[in-house]
Amino acid sequence: MAVNIFKNARGFWTSIVLAVIFGVIMQFLITGGTLNAFYVNTLFFIGINIILAVSLHLIIGITGQFSIGHAGFLAVGAYASAIITMKLQLPFWLGIMTGGVAAAIAGLIIGIPTLRLKGDYLAIATLGFGEIVRIVFLNMDYVGGASGMTVSHLTTWPWLFGCVLLTILVIVNFTNSTYGRACISIRENEIAADAMGINTTYYKVTAFVIGSFFAGIAGALYAHNFYIIQPTNFGFLKSFDILIFVVLGGLGSMSGAMIAAIFLTIISTFLQSYPEVRMVIYSLVLIIMMIYRPQGLLGTREITSFLKAGKSAKGGVNSDSKNTVA
Amino acid sequence: MEIIQQLVNGVSLGSIYALIALGYTMVYGIVKLINFAHGDVFMVGAFIGFYSITVFDLGFFPALLISMTACAVLGVLIERIAYKPLRNATRIAALITAIGVSLFIEYGTIFVRGAQPEAYPGNIIPAKSIEILGVKISTQSLLILGTSLFLMVLLQFIVHKTKIGKAMRAVSHDMDAARLMGINVNNTISATFAIGSALAGAAGVIFGVYYTKIEPLMGIIPGLKAFVAAVLGGIGIIPGAMAGGLLLGVIESLVSAAGFSLWRDGVAFVVLILILIFRPAGLFGKNIREKV
Repeated sequence: MAVNIFKNARGFWTSIVLAVIFGVIMQFLITGGTLNAFYVNTLFFIGINIILAVSLHLIIGITGQFSIGHAGFLAVGAYASAIITMKLQLPFWLGIMTGGVAAAIAGLIIGIPTLRLKGDYLAIATLGFGEIVRIVFLNMDYVGGASGMTVSHLTTWPWLFGCVLLTILVIVNFTNSTYGRACISIRENEIAADAMGINTTYYKVTAFVIGSFFAGIAGALYAHNFYIIQPTNFGFLKSFDILIFVVLGGLGSMSGAMIAAIFLTIISTFLQSYPEVRMVIYSLVLIIMMIYRPQGLLGTREITSFLKAGKSAKGGVNSDSKNTVA
Repeated sequence: MEIIQQLVNGVSLGSIYALIALGYTMVYGIVKLINFAHGDVFMVGAFIGFYSITVFDLGFFPALLISMTACAVLGVLIERIAYKPLRNATRIAALITAIGVSLFIEYGTIFVRGAQPEAYPGNIIPAKSIEILGVKISTQSLLILGTSLFLMVLLQFIVHKTKIGKAMRAVSHDMDAARLMGINVNNTISATFAIGSALAGAAGVIFGVYYTKIEPLMGIIPGLKAFVAAVLGGIGIIPGAMAGGLLLGVIESLVSAAGFSLWRDGVAFVVLILILIFRPAGLFGKNIREKV
């Protein structure tokens, strides 16, 4: 047992060290000019989308709560951080924190009443919330209304990479904690979880708030990467974009969501001049995927579970239980 | 008098919502699926109506009929291709497929004909207005209201007096028992999609005539609001969808009249969240106990 813990801890630290080395190498490539602006831009997109995908994965994949208003939290984070840095002239790190906290508060406010709903109703309520957020910003003259708000470019690779790493670490550890187990049990069967004494509302709201917090952080990075933010950037098409990452990668698989985010971001960068082709392809992929492989590319497995195939299943997210998100 | 004028506008708008909401509610009642693509069937209906009026020089009623027929076929195709293979899948899988179909119709339309909007010709219905007690009611509003009411009555007749309507009610009550009684469930579900989509097509033509501007993404917002209307009335309940649609139209017009026209789109979703929290079964619905 002790050996096992030691091994897990070693795996944990190895991956962190590897990730940091990767981050430092990328930093040198960017400052050294080996990567041109196009690649750097794509890289930033990928980072932001990974944060979004992983945060929504916590809500949909782990807790099984079908939320399709994630762009609403992105918008809250983006505007809150932009107000901090542009209107109040405060430093960027404070903007990121405020973006996350504002989105988490929005998640709490919307989560407590709506998470009592199930399945389809929850989906529609969150969709409605996303639209309300967009309309509120559209009508707020303080943040520029429909014409949007100019934001200076502050998102740099160390900030972005740090946030991505933090998001992944927090969500992996959350998933493997007792909280994560409780959330998975809610996903598998809410009534049974309730009967086993799990306070389902509490865990659902917790997961929802954490997911919104990271969506808000992604929003802060997003806002400071684009020079301008407009309410139209945060419509439900944006929510669907994030949803597609999670669904395509496999509901319940974090590495799946990340791979889908990376892959689809690269594809959409290349199809930038043909937005309608991109959406036609996306929609066909969604339909075909749901008909032939509804559990997504990886199902609920993680990419690491393929590396240690043959070892005993670890349970939780790594178990081979069939897809029961519903 | 201003308020009555707004009420008349609200009822016209609400009857369009009601027509779309009927399709949502019928499909939900029978296969428990939120057909996200329904709003896009409405958009396709508007375009078919537009092309039949401008290209083939048809009048309002022939265009309405053509659009309804074409949308019925489209609805059945969507059901057969995308939803039927998923009938026993999880609800989430079905919902994601519906989103996929919706995006496919929207962007497929943009891909085929471009994203530019079109304007319905203004002379299809003679624009006169009748004054009743100081309230101006245009002939357009009257025609829209009359057509919608006629279609709703027709739907009630189909559902309650015909054999297919009886089959629909049986399938929505208990699909397996209906199958055991010899009802062809697949055909009944297709018929439901056909009728619902035909109503959406009619709503599309009516919308085009009333608001003149149509574009490929026009179905999203009315579609979502019609869904709100269906939930408001109690999803799966046909009279509920009519009442919900009319109520939502009136609420929106009153909000515009009160000077918050920019907030109009938000109101529907606030109504939705409130109704889901306080009365999730809807105005006309009964509470159903959760079974383990």
